[in-house]
Amino acid sequence: MTTERIIVVGNGMVGHKFIDTVINSDNAEKFEIVTFSEEPRLAYDRVKLSAYFSGSSVDDLMLTSEEHYQSAGVVYTLNDKVVEIDGDAKTVTTAAGKVEGYDKLVLATGSFPFVPPIPGKDQPHCLVYRTIEDLEEITASAQESKVGVVVGGGLLGLEAANALKNLGLETHVVEFAPRLMAVQLDEGGGDLLRRKIESLDVNVHTEKNTKNIGAGKKRRYVMEFTDGSELETDMIVFSAGIRPQDELARNNGIDIGERGGIVVDNFCRTSVEDVYAIGECALWDGKIFGLVAPGYHMAKVAYSHINGSSDQFTGADMSTKLKLLGVDVASIGDAHARTPGAQTYTYEDGVNEVYKRIIVSEDGKKLLGAVLVGDAEAYGTLQQMCVNDMALPDSPEQLILPASDGSAGASMGVDALPDTAQLCSCLDVTKGDIVDAVQGGCCSMGDIKDKTGASTGCGGCAALVKSVMDKELENLGVEVNNHLCEHFAYSRAELADIVRVKKIESFDALLDSHGQGGLGCEICKPAVGSILASFWNDYVLEDKHMGLQDTNDIYLGNMQKDGTYSIVPRVAGGEITPDKLIVLGQVAKEFNLYTKVTGGQRIDLFGAQLHELPTIWKQLVDAGFETGHAYGKSLRTVKSCVGSTWCRYGVQDSVGMAIALENRYKGVRSPHKIKFGVSGCTRECAEAQSKDFGIIATENGWNLYVCGNGGMRPRHADLFATDLDDETLVKYIDRVMMFYIRTADRLQRTSVWLENLEGGLDYLRDVVINDKLSIAQELEDNMTSNIGKYQCEWKTTIESPEKLKRFRHFINSEKQDENLAYVVERDQRRPANETERENQIPAVEVTV
Amino acid sequence: MTNQTINTSEASQWVDVCDINDLTPETGVCALVGEQQVAIFYSGKLDQLFAIDNYDPIGKANVLSRGIIGSIGERICVASPLYKQHFDLTTGECLEQAEHRIRAYPVNLAGNRVQVGIR
Repeated sequence: MTTERIIVVGNGMVGHKFIDTVINSDNAEKFEIVTFSEEPRLAYDRVKLSAYFSGSSVDDLMLTSEEHYQSAGVVYTLNDKVVEIDGDAKTVTTAAGKVEGYDKLVLATGSFPFVPPIPGKDQPHCLVYRTIEDLEEITASAQESKVGVVVGGGLLGLEAANALKNLGLETHVVEFAPRLMAVQLDEGGGDLLRRKIESLDVNVHTEKNTKNIGAGKKRRYVMEFTDGSELETDMIVFSAGIRPQDELARNNGIDIGERGGIVVDNFCRTSVEDVYAIGECALWDGKIFGLVAPGYHMAKVAYSHINGSSDQFTGADMSTKLKLLGVDVASIGDAHARTPGAQTYTYEDGVNEVYKRIIVSEDGKKLLGAVLVGDAEAYGTLQQMCVNDMALPDSPEQLILPASDGSAGASMGVDALPDTAQLCSCLDVTKGDIVDAVQGGCCSMGDIKDKTGASTGCGGCAALVKSVMDKELENLGVEVNNHLCEHFAYSRAELADIVRVKKIESFDALLDSHGQGGLGCEICKPAVGSILASFWNDYVLEDKHMGLQDTNDIYLGNMQKDGTYSIVPRVAGGEITPDKLIVLGQVAKEFNLYTKVTGGQRIDLFGAQLHELPTIWKQLVDAGFETGHAYGKSLRTVKSCVGSTWCRYGVQDSVGMAIALENRYKGVRSPHKIKFGVSGCTRECAEAQSKDFGIIATENGWNLYVCGNGGMRPRHADLFATDLDDETLVKYIDRVMMFYIRTADRLQRTSVWLENLEGGLDYLRDVVINDKLSIAQELEDNMTSNIGKYQCEWKTTIESPEKLKRFRHFINSEKQDENLAYVVERDQRRPANETERENQIPAVEVTV
Repeated sequence: MTNQTINTSEASQWVDVCDINDLTPETGVCALVGEQQVAIFYSGKLDQLFAIDNYDPIGKANVLSRGIIGSIGERICVASPLYKQHFDLTTGECLEQAEHRIRAYPVNLAGNRVQVGIR
């Protein structure tokens, strides 16, 4: 079989989409793919570029990998660009001189940032915002700057402004038009967006035309505007729109539009035979499409044509929904009411800062467009109504008015959507695709994402996709069972509510009043034990709670494989005096405990037998140690770097903060273990972003990151709030942690909890910062009450002769467990393995 | 031992182990009965005593007395503190891996004294 050779010029999002479409198609083996990228890496997600500033790594942004291309047989060249096309010989030549022949050529060269021709624009610290390299330059420049200006108040400009703000700069946005996001928003929407953004300390300057960038007096540069005003700044980011990267086509005789762009037809063909253009470099019907979804559509159309089908590109819906500097903004269809005869409805709530406007057809029957600022929840419904030409309700204003009961406005039942309705425009997933996936067995958003790809692009459609999924599950009669176990027909979160609201104080009381009979089991007992401890914080070894405690909690130690325990005293913040360190050494030596430093900056002593635990802990408590709760589903450690007290770079006292936080939250039982990290500067030596709560010092206070995780499924924590003072930081942590305790599933880490929390990070911010549910005070009170009842469980235990009775191997003998056997390795003992036991390597005598 | 169903009459000898007050309801202790490590559990809810081997044949350690007791359907079990397999407290059967059956013992309360039966 002969294969057809396709060369794809450019490996951005759209170029990659084309390749991905080919290699995943049924006819993949018919094609050989060669691609060139002038960037040093394969395709990454430019839509999520700003995530790079909130902790995502380059790897997080990658859309593919070299291994993946290699295994799919895609030949790629990085750091080299195609400079010449010979349409007759059907070859391309690269800057490095490489010549490759093609059967089909696909140009996916994308766009470049437009920098207005202002004198002085080429100086250092005058940058653009487009690639990962640009972001690295912006970061570097920000370290030497205090003030930053973004030129351009459009979508990308505001993202860049957000980035500068996150980098700690005094941030300004300079826009030529009279309002922000002039393409997408009308005057009312633009005005509100401006007010909201200004309240976040971003300075907005509209109707400013920069005529020169000169040397500043106080700052590095001064920007001079045509109206005579000036603005001093240390750095400038140009984000004034994009231009199609059409140079290659232009220089090689391919038709270009008057104002740029490679002219293509409905099949994405250019004027030269067997040459296609897709994405932001392509000009269709006189238009450039600067969004990823139309680019993806073009990629599919081009492949369809090459593969002998006849899909066509006939324009795209340019509706967008996004969050800019924390403000929800959406624009749908004819946002400016340019359709002849169009009528509008406007809703403006100055108190809650919400602006909504819908544009309807002259006869009032169809929705033509909409603008939403401050609350974009209606986006999914309105966008679907608009693109599917669905009939409007009799009173269209209901679509944007809040319902009288205070809930969101009337939303369309998803049943009303046709199966062909495209829910996810990034990945082109229709309602029918979701319904099929559910019928094929998908029953969670995770399944749906894996199966259909929906919501894996910009994520804007997640709520809509979930309601379609839920509706279809309901139609199929599937009841999602989240019961804790056979003894309780409730989820952990529901049981937590019951315990809290009905003030239930024991497992038996809960089982009697809300259980399904039986005795309980090793699932529900520890879960309920943890809930009781979270809200009432009794001593966990009280008789009525003891039988609920899991393997480790019941003896306040971590059981090892041979039934002995490890001991981890608290070393708050990782700070320890030499004297205390010596005590740990002495105890370890006396009891011959294997000693290892943990990842959480403390010291783990292994191999203590049950009867030794009280003696060991007596010595530790006498020396001023407390239990480290290493055995509990509770706060483990607050890892810290040394911070401003010693470090040349530290900007805050990270150790002091870590110790304060560890002492505040120690002993708080939660659905799973919780770890913190506190770093004294942006170098992040405490690796705080891999923790449930990460705190990173800034010049002005602390940035709070939440719901990170190391371990099996690493997840970077999300930036939750910036530049907090100590008091606000603690307040927010109190609220997030207690909200997690109330609502998480059993053994659900904060990372998975957040991923499953409907509304995600934005919702969490709404609850914690804006107090959307009016529970903030209650959450703080819960936490205060819990903290007020803290006790060192080991101190309580060694003071109780009754409790100590259990700490022996036999209830009726002083003998020890004879099954224990050890060998020495690297000067310490460890449990013998089976071969060593069988070979009767002499066991180390363990005596006290 | 072929018949795993235990009733107190099977015991040929009762070994005194501890006081009932040494047992916290819904938990277990380990007793040395002759040379054998025996896990004894007391369910306050059922007002019943149970005794099985303390050795966990899967985790290969003497730990079963430290597990959580509960019910799976009609069966009363302990979950191993190591890897959470369930052992039936009246028969010694392992619910997950039938090949790992352990011994169950007759257990008796004489006054306040807990006794384990051996043959």
